[in-house]
Amino acid sequence: MSPIFKDAGMTITVQIRNNIIDFLRQVGDLSYFAGRFFKEVFKPPFEFNELLRQCYNVGNRSTPLVGITGFIIGLVLTLQTRPTMQEFGAVSWMPHMVGISIVREVGPVVIALICAGRIASGMGAELGSMRVTEQIDAMEVSGTNPFKFLVVTRVVATTLMVPLLVVFGDMLALYGSSLVEYFKGDVSFQLYFNEVFNSLQYGDLIPATIKSFFFGFAIGLVGCYKGYYCKKGTVGVGKAANTAVVMASMLIFILDFIAVFISDIFYEL
Amino acid sequence: MKEETEIIDKDSLVANREVVIDIKELRKSFGDNHVLNGFNMTLHKGENLVIMGKSGSGKSVMIKCLIGLMSPDSGSVNVMGKDLIKLDRTALDELRTDVGFLFQGSALYDSMTVRENLEFPLRRHKDKFDGALNAEKRVIEALENVGLAHAVDLMPSELSGGMKRRVALARTLIMQPKIILYDEPTSGLDPITSKEIIELMLHIQEQYKTSSLIITHDVDCARVISDRMILLVDGINYAEGTFKELSKVTDPKVRAFFK
Repeated sequence: MSPIFKDAGMTITVQIRNNIIDFLRQVGDLSYFAGRFFKEVFKPPFEFNELLRQCYNVGNRSTPLVGITGFIIGLVLTLQTRPTMQEFGAVSWMPHMVGISIVREVGPVVIALICAGRIASGMGAELGSMRVTEQIDAMEVSGTNPFKFLVVTRVVATTLMVPLLVVFGDMLALYGSSLVEYFKGDVSFQLYFNEVFNSLQYGDLIPATIKSFFFGFAIGLVGCYKGYYCKKGTVGVGKAANTAVVMASMLIFILDFIAVFISDIFYEL
Repeated sequence: MKEETEIIDKDSLVANREVVIDIKELRKSFGDNHVLNGFNMTLHKGENLVIMGKSGSGKSVMIKCLIGLMSPDSGSVNVMGKDLIKLDRTALDELRTDVGFLFQGSALYDSMTVRENLEFPLRRHKDKFDGALNAEKRVIEALENVGLAHAVDLMPSELSGGMKRRVALARTLIMQPKIILYDEPTSGLDPITSKEIIELMLHIQEQYKTSSLIITHDVDCARVISDRMILLVDGINYAEGTFKELSKVTDPKVRAFFK
């Protein structure tokens, strides 16, 4: 083998090894961060005002984006699926198919990904710039626990708000779908929603709701973790925001896989 | 250092004064970079102690070890009779209410107004400050002390660099600290604003009888404000004395500060 290829091979091997070590280190740090969250979350004093402010920031301010996204998903999913269903003479199954796919999978995952983009990056950038400009240190020296004030409130807010956003997004997705059925299939809204709710079972709703809580937790935790330990400088802030989205999105898929696996055991999907 | 012993006459400088901060053999390294190599320091009640050093000499690391934002590798840090390293979180937070810290970049919370910035520490320590009932009064009083009562409802982004520094000082003062730590109080400010900040620091020291530890590389600031100075070189207190004494020393490392 030529020495050039040998060197290149070595470099790639070293790079892969470093990446694996870095990944494992991050998993360890994130686990420690999560452990610290659970240690602090039940300990007084409780920052209720800040929690409410964060719930407003995370929940209320995300509704336009989540609403529009949900509506379009429902619309597009129905428009794209309808011709195939028509071919098989199964158009009457549209509400069942769309309802189950939105409530069980598409709604929670897509809305969680949207939230990861908006919320995790926002938290990464906000806490990152607070770290860089020593605002977190200032909080610490004023005798306030910055982890409790900044991290705990944000993580609890996302854990509570993301499931609500998922429900909101699901409703608008179903509404979007029903509009297509109304105009293309002459199906009334009442009939459409009756069909949707008849097709849904607890086995669809419960796992989807539970996993939404986990998605919310992961989004808040990763966003805060990346921002809280942001490296110095504006580059560090940008990197914190960016990696927060990447890591939160990856975690959402991993959690989704685990959730489907567990649901399959309990509900025999 | 032989010359150092010649210029130090600690007894004459600070005779019979209560020690509020006592640092012994402080060491801190980041990997192979040994920042502090056995730094020693004492701050006495009512004293203005200036620590000068080049950029990267470990001044900020030392001050962060002093307030518990960093843990030293070894050595002892005693603040108002309490060993900082041995304190638990609650005791450390309690001690921090007596120690104010003015950050180099002011570190005002950008998402809060000036009023909220000042109220923030008060709300957290209601028991010490008779509840939040007189918070409004305290906020206005602290801002009046720094000449910025009119800026109470502004956001930090609407303030100039000098105004930010003043608000940060007001936020420090509102806690009625016994000791104030200043990290480069005049850095990034124009000479006129720097002079105003220095005058303000002297006024505060006189009015509240605080002890001050000032970290700077601004010679003018050190000349005006210092009762005593320590030159931090290679992670140790290289030279110590009054401004007048140190400015006469012929050692090249000391001379470099006064050029």
